[in-house]
Amino acid sequence: MIDPRISVIQDRIKSIEKIIAVSSGKGGVGKSLIASTLSLILARKGYKVGLFDLDFTSPSTHLILDVEELEPVEDKGIIPPTIHGLKYMSITYYSTGEAMPLRGNEFSNALIELLSITRWGNLDFLIVDMPPGIGDATLDIIRFIDGVKFLVVTTPSILAFETVRKLVKMLKELGVSILGVVENMKTGTSSIRQEVSKLGIRFLGEIPYDPKIEEKIGNAYELLETNFANSIEKILVYLED
Amino acid sequence: MHEWALAESVIKTVIETAKKEGIGRIIEVKIKIGEMQQLEHEIFKIALTQLKPVELRDTEFKIEVDKTKLRCRVCGHEWFFKKEGFGEEILEAIHFLPEVSHAYVKCPKCGSPDFEIVSGRGIWIDSIRGLGEND
Repeated sequence: MIDPRISVIQDRIKSIEKIIAVSSGKGGVGKSLIASTLSLILARKGYKVGLFDLDFTSPSTHLILDVEELEPVEDKGIIPPTIHGLKYMSITYYSTGEAMPLRGNEFSNALIELLSITRWGNLDFLIVDMPPGIGDATLDIIRFIDGVKFLVVTTPSILAFETVRKLVKMLKELGVSILGVVENMKTGTSSIRQEVSKLGIRFLGEIPYDPKIEEKIGNAYELLETNFANSIEKILVYLED
Repeated sequence: MHEWALAESVIKTVIETAKKEGIGRIIEVKIKIGEMQQLEHEIFKIALTQLKPVELRDTEFKIEVDKTKLRCRVCGHEWFFKKEGFGEEILEAIHFLPEVSHAYVKCPKCGSPDFEIVSGRGIWIDSIRGLGEND
């Protein structure tokens, strides 16, 4: 028995210049907000951008972007709809608001299916919002997407950074490209910059804690006007290399 | 249609596998389709016919439907997926992505969404029959 879907995955992504996985060892560090805002900024700059929410069991980018009434178009596969200038793909088109528990093999099957039927077309950037940790999603993205680059998110907390350390170690052992680490929700002083440098990877910058960011969820235009977005814009230089 | 994307993957896999296994002329390809995904067979067959390259000109594609068997991980109950009782939108969602069944299907015995799809999930190539390159 052969699963035919895997053979077309590389074809589906061959016209994408850069695939960036926004990842972390822990949940709640701001991956989805960073992935969404980063995608919006890149699209505003004129790049062709896609955003793929890979957090199948707990997706949230659809809320950040206020994706409603949108559906993929069927055309020899599925074509992600465009919102705020970016092509957007999420399992929420199909699961709607229902809870969807998935175990490892089921997660992989859903990912293979979406990678094999989604026609992204030409893109400069595909930003992937990853679920937390070093489980199925991380291993599958590395397995199926050659050349994926990881943008790792931490907070100043040593608890968050400890999981990031493990993620980075694993990525390095597997020879996966790491763009660097960004420190989100920064308050006061922390030693993250020094700790990142000890890992031998790039510290991309810090994003100060913004208590008002919650109010901007669901409004892409206002989100782009925040200090949060301004801080993210500063790390673009590392992505455009 | 989504069937075209899957047909394309079948053609590509058949050609790659034949090359790897040293099959010169492919006579028959058996494909299994899980009932849960509700692929439109006619569209799928048309897609296969239109997408197949010259080297598969004489290849016969046999399609078999596999019943979708589910097993509850909590109570062990086994049952077959039936589309009756689900609305059009839910069936359409499962058609695109059988895993979203976990959002809508529950074990009929204990009500848990923690079940596994034992067989009949999506699409598989069951066998490729042909003649060796030197036959």
